[in-house]
Amino acid sequence: MGDIAITAHNLGKMYHIGARVDRYRTLRDSIASGVKAPFIKMARLLRGHASAAANLNETIWALRHASLEIRHGEVVGLIGRNGAGKSTLLKVLSRITEPTEGSATLYGRVGSLLEVGTGFHPELTGRENIFLNGAIIGMKRVEIASKFDEIVAFSELDTFIDTPVKHYSSGMYTRLAFAVAAHLETEILLVDEVLAVGDVSFQKKCMGKMSDVASQGRTVIFVSHNMGAIQTLCTRGVLLRGGEIVRDGAVDEIVQDYLSYLNEGAVDAFVNNPERQGAGNVKLTAARVLDDTGASNPHLVSGKPATFEFDYENASRLSQVDVVMTIYNYLGIAATSFNTRVSRTELSGLGETGTFRCHVPVLPLPLGQFRVAVAVHSNTATEDLIPNVLLFDVVSSTFYEGGGTPDPRYCTVMVQAHWDLRR
Amino acid sequence: MNADDISQNTAAMAASQCIQIRPTKGWVSVRWAELWAYRELLFFLMLRDITIRYKQTVLGAGWAIIQPVMTMVVFSVIIGRVAKGQSYGLPYPVFFFAAMLPWTFFSNGLERASNSLVGNSAILKKVYFPRLVIPISSVLSSFVDFCLAFLVQIALMIGYSAKGFSFVPMPHVLFLPLLLLIAFMTSLGAGLWLSAMNVQFRDVRYAVPFLAQMWFFVTPIIWGSAKFSEPWRTLCGLNPMASVVEGFRYALLGRALDPGFAPSSSMIALSVLSASLLLVGGVFYFARMERTFADVA
Repeated sequence: MGDIAITAHNLGKMYHIGARVDRYRTLRDSIASGVKAPFIKMARLLRGHASAAANLNETIWALRHASLEIRHGEVVGLIGRNGAGKSTLLKVLSRITEPTEGSATLYGRVGSLLEVGTGFHPELTGRENIFLNGAIIGMKRVEIASKFDEIVAFSELDTFIDTPVKHYSSGMYTRLAFAVAAHLETEILLVDEVLAVGDVSFQKKCMGKMSDVASQGRTVIFVSHNMGAIQTLCTRGVLLRGGEIVRDGAVDEIVQDYLSYLNEGAVDAFVNNPERQGAGNVKLTAARVLDDTGASNPHLVSGKPATFEFDYENASRLSQVDVVMTIYNYLGIAATSFNTRVSRTELSGLGETGTFRCHVPVLPLPLGQFRVAVAVHSNTATEDLIPNVLLFDVVSSTFYEGGGTPDPRYCTVMVQAHWDLRR
Repeated sequence: MNADDISQNTAAMAASQCIQIRPTKGWVSVRWAELWAYRELLFFLMLRDITIRYKQTVLGAGWAIIQPVMTMVVFSVIIGRVAKGQSYGLPYPVFFFAAMLPWTFFSNGLERASNSLVGNSAILKKVYFPRLVIPISSVLSSFVDFCLAFLVQIALMIGYSAKGFSFVPMPHVLFLPLLLLIAFMTSLGAGLWLSAMNVQFRDVRYAVPFLAQMWFFVTPIIWGSAKFSEPWRTLCGLNPMASVVEGFRYALLGRALDPGFAPSSSMIALSVLSASLLLVGGVFYFARMERTFADVA
């Protein structure tokens, strides 16, 4: 086994998601098939074909072609957006779910912390839950008993340890849960976003505990959206995108890579965008922002007009939709939003293709970078939702006469106002 | 068998230090050694089920006694008095309760096991452990209720002794653990099938109480299998619970029963066979479906 802790070769995980919709030609067909369906499903279920029984024919690869080799003592951070496949990879490695293809070998006892407090029961006391939860995550009873005092001390709950946890505050609950999890001692540890618990001082304590774990020479794979935590704890980073491993290297480089990728979001907003959702009867195909001259330009001037354009295809010939566009600032805070439903603007007679245009006569945004999210709703469903459809910068301002803008820490949008002095 | 088991265990334990992950296809074997390694989890889950079962109830564990006792009262009045059912020389309440004892163990176990995977889906999706632990612990946790109800049986026997019935147990009481084992196998066997199906289709949850009710009436609880002539009486043993309840009744109340009530050994043998088939089939079906649990639970 040498010094290799984990090898993964070409791991892939396919999920069955949607049901195929059968179209019936006659009422008789649909009645006949409605009567037959339960029997067919039952037969499939008894033969052990679970997904066929549920009629799930649409599939999605949550993870694909993932190959990795991790040495003993390495602390690896998995980085990527929601839906990039991080948690799926962790689930496959911790054997919660089977891969659809590929293989992996883990050398050593494996422990996984995919959610703190898994299996906590509200009616049981803290003490009972420590033993139950410990057993669930794979600790032996003697092991739990010998660490019991340590766990209680870490959770700072000594006086409440014989109280049912349903009477705990949520902070107390997560503290106890993390305390149990943190004392799991396996050679390989798989950790999914468990640091975001408790108040700031407890989070510090958790980070301390995790870096102890990391420095003990144990192998740790770590998923978090907190880049600070990743950079502190890990030496190596693995970047996932759309279910595939796209980069693997020193953690600082990978984090940099990820952050710059996040900011260029709009490049592939329309193709293979994992953030994109919707039924798809109306689909956006392109987006741009126009400055006051009418030219496509991602550098805007506050106080001047700006126009946002979204090209669409309307394959299903819907007649009417609502469009919402929200602008987020660099902190991820929604600065403002334009909603046709709110403004009672009717967008009807869509035709097959066309362009939704949102004209802002006076752009009220302070300096900085902004992200645009857009959603198209029909009466029945969200047809297309792209949270990262565009990025633009506000580079200067004529909003106030002097040309200045407020510090963006104190301002999300600018509002016209007049100062004067009376005495 | 035992020595083999142990050597296999240690081998598997050593091998478990190196975990292979790959897709499996079709019918798979059960990893017994791993199940054994997780026996403490089995214990803690059982303890949890027992501890929380009657929490926040006024009567607490009293419910384990009240349920079968009330059923007994109802059936004694309806079947014993109104319908004048056969009870082979016994007072109807004792006749009924002796059969109700193992039946309640079985049906509670069956219902709990069937819903166990769905009820524990949060754990299934977040932690790996042999999934078999969950239904097994559900069935085992019903044993506590059984023990409490057994006290009622003893009280009933003492009470009716005062009325002149002889309830000195037969030497056959030594077989009670074996009968209870058959009930356990049947309960777990059916529970494994149903719990695995329940993960995929929640219809099972609604079907189980109905199934248990049907099973109740085809099992000689409110009636005795002695009403059938051979070979039909032996064939009753195809339902393992028939042998269990008749066996319980005979072992506990044999001296006061009509002669000829004793279940035949061929009936019991048939029951052992069908319970084993149900259990083995259940285990393999469960093992086959296990790989999808985390994805669909």
